[in-house]
Amino acid sequence: MSDHEYTPKSKVGKWFNDRLPLLTLANHLTDYPTPKNLNYWWTFGGILTFCLITQIVTGLVLAMHYIAHADMAFDSVEHIMRDVNYGWLIRYIHANGASMFFLAVYIHIFRSLFYGSYKSPREIIWIIGIIIYLLMMAAAFMGYVLPWGQMSFWGATVITNLFSAIPLVGEGIVTWLWGGYSVDNPTLTRFFTLHYLIPFLILGLVVLHIWALHVPGNNNPVGIDIQKPSKDTVPFHPYIVIKDGFALLMFMIVFAFFVFYTPNILGHADNYIEADPLVTPAHIVPEWYLLPFYAILRSVPDKLLGVVAMLSAILILAALPWLDTSKIRSAVFRPLYRQFYWILVIDVLILGYVGAMPAEGLYLLIARVATAYYFLHFLVILPVLGFKEKTLPIPLSITEPVLGGSPNFATARNKESFTNK
Amino acid sequence: MSEKKTNRRDFLFTATYAVGAVGIGATIWPMIDQMNPDASVKALASTEVDVSTVDPGKTITVLWRGKPVFIRRRTLEEIAEAKAVKLEDLKHPEKDEDRAKNPEWLVMLGVCTHLGCVPLDQKGDYNGWFCPCHGSHYDISGRIRKGPAPTNMEVPKYEFVSANTIKIG
Amino acid sequence: MKNLFRISIFIILVVCFHNKSFAAEKVEYLKTDWSFKGLFGKFDRGALQRGYQVYTEVCASCHSMKYLSYRNLAEKGGPEFTEAQAKVIAASFEVKDGPNADGEMFTRPGKLSDKFVMPYENVKAAQAANGGAYPPDMSVLVKARGGGVDYIYSLLQGYEDPPADIKLDDGVYYNKFMYGNKIKMANQLSDGLVEYADGTNSTVEQMSKDVTTFLMWAAEPHLESRHQMGFKAILYLIILTILVYFSMKRIWSRIETEV
Repeated sequence: MSDHEYTPKSKVGKWFNDRLPLLTLANHLTDYPTPKNLNYWWTFGGILTFCLITQIVTGLVLAMHYIAHADMAFDSVEHIMRDVNYGWLIRYIHANGASMFFLAVYIHIFRSLFYGSYKSPREIIWIIGIIIYLLMMAAAFMGYVLPWGQMSFWGATVITNLFSAIPLVGEGIVTWLWGGYSVDNPTLTRFFTLHYLIPFLILGLVVLHIWALHVPGNNNPVGIDIQKPSKDTVPFHPYIVIKDGFALLMFMIVFAFFVFYTPNILGHADNYIEADPLVTPAHIVPEWYLLPFYAILRSVPDKLLGVVAMLSAILILAALPWLDTSKIRSAVFRPLYRQFYWILVIDVLILGYVGAMPAEGLYLLIARVATAYYFLHFLVILPVLGFKEKTLPIPLSITEPVLGGSPNFATARNKESFTNK
Repeated sequence: MSEKKTNRRDFLFTATYAVGAVGIGATIWPMIDQMNPDASVKALASTEVDVSTVDPGKTITVLWRGKPVFIRRRTLEEIAEAKAVKLEDLKHPEKDEDRAKNPEWLVMLGVCTHLGCVPLDQKGDYNGWFCPCHGSHYDISGRIRKGPAPTNMEVPKYEFVSANTIKIG
Repeated sequence: MKNLFRISIFIILVVCFHNKSFAAEKVEYLKTDWSFKGLFGKFDRGALQRGYQVYTEVCASCHSMKYLSYRNLAEKGGPEFTEAQAKVIAASFEVKDGPNADGEMFTRPGKLSDKFVMPYENVKAAQAANGGAYPPDMSVLVKARGGGVDYIYSLLQGYEDPPADIKLDDGVYYNKFMYGNKIKMANQLSDGLVEYADGTNSTVEQMSKDVTTFLMWAAEPHLESRHQMGFKAILYLIILTILVYFSMKRIWSRIETEV
């Protein structure tokens, strides 16, 4: 951080700041030099912060009315929906908020993939991000268990049973997770405790994520290192604040539409049936945001290997900064990578689709091909591409294409044509 | 000219801030209101008590809205004693007739008006109730006579729905 | 702005994609106009009151509605019986209460704060009385079925003689909208079964629609205020978005970069 020289103007401010440099921090955050060519894909960091705060606030409120007991959980949720003042609103915000959170985080992750934001010197930011993502999945899964509907119960049963795939100790671990011989009240209460805890862990990691970001500064659509502060940067406040705010409002309109007009469309009808350990629903599907990984799990015919494949699919992302051997960050200058990037996006969407379908026949075949391609992308295509790909020339600074008046970076970069002008 | 431009800019920013603030306020309200009594709590506002088994000179305590309600069947001496008190001797002047419509029955919230403890029956200097928490003395009409409590014990809304049944609330 | 457009498209695609992934299992349900659909959707009070009548006279002998209270019948956004009417309705039910001073349970007329009286003591008793099948609680039934109101509405009218190749056990009936076509509930509705207080002709179609509307309200009692608040919230967000957009343009005009 390059703003040690900041001194508050007022005497009291200086006195306080010498003892606890909060004002220096605030000054750093407002003046933080941000690349001025960030596009709207970069606004999802702010949107995610909003999502996290929304989930924490509505979650705290719900916890005041929710009862974590197998006999009363479902009733207490209905109590919230019917009797608590604005309870229906708060619960629908929380339930749809989880989906919006994941929607935003997927856009955030795929933005990183496109612009190479995970590459040196931002590996730590990326890895913290992956940990946050894992915690989000844990929180979302446990949160889905709390209403104690049929999907809650059977989702919990299926997911906890994944651990039974571990050789020798698997069964013991599952019994330990359940606190009994099946998913039951002890499971519910511990899931509630952890569901309450995890968001605060995420909050702490978000602070680290942003801290790690503020050391090298933001990546940008051109993907080159920039001088900061310079004519390539703008102060975070008001430029980026207002832009993030604008994007956030657009996001909130979509969010509000779900909450007020189709609050249950992203959920599953079976979760309005109270948990029944004697009857499994005909179709067990996880929430949409977990479907791609669910498809990977089911595409492997072996129990242990399926679990391993699913976990690897997430953990492989942590190795991404080293799997991608290209020195160029932004896909704008990597014509081949750009194509593979979009194939990956489609591949993940296909995995999501087959994850929602029964695991049989053609669907299973598609799931297997898509799973194979997913790993192929990260383990083979990315490392090889770094060596083989002929990249486009990159501009010297981000103002260069802007001054050139052309959004076509390739021509703007072309030194001759630039100087000839 | 440039001044006009500044004014317009100021107006735009002020409007944005103002509209934003309204939205934040409107969002915070549900988060606060959710802690108020909910619809099911409000609906449980009344309770009926059968008092046929209460002997004169005895008090029963029933639960209403989560608080104790004292129902005392007063003896003739007690009624006379309550009526004999002069209003000017009272910290919170109220006539006994106003507190007990039917003088035989005294119905009041058994909650000390000081800090909410439950006073003890037939204790204290005034032959009524005594709050052990901070030493408030109430007379046989539930009126504060000595100690830190500021007002008399509250009389809830109640009615006799039949000769032996009181409906509180 | 171009990016923003692309983001919006992406979001819409994801949503459509999600819905479509479940579309495959849907059958064609009977269609009718529901007054509560749409941005300003509201319940038809008449239908809710009639629906309540169908529920009490027909369904309630087997199906409980354990999350509803009699007070709900008089609440805003519901059937909106007057409070006096709701009190009369509540008092017409015998509610078990107690224990009294002697430690015994007793019955008394219902009050507004009481929950709907259940037809059976518990799930086991319900199963025993219905050949092993538990008549599901109807409080959130509409939300607990994939097809929602259309499914319930169709199911009530979907009884048919089974095709020749399907053999049904005793106490099992054929319904073309039921999952697997076999249902343990016999056809309950027949034309003129209920004598509507408001004189509406009680055809099977009418009763199905009324009772389904009632069940929708039971599952989403705050639907009307949700729609009203939603419209205001989204309108507000759009106004604020426009203001912020122009503020943003103004701020970014200080430097030579397109936002």
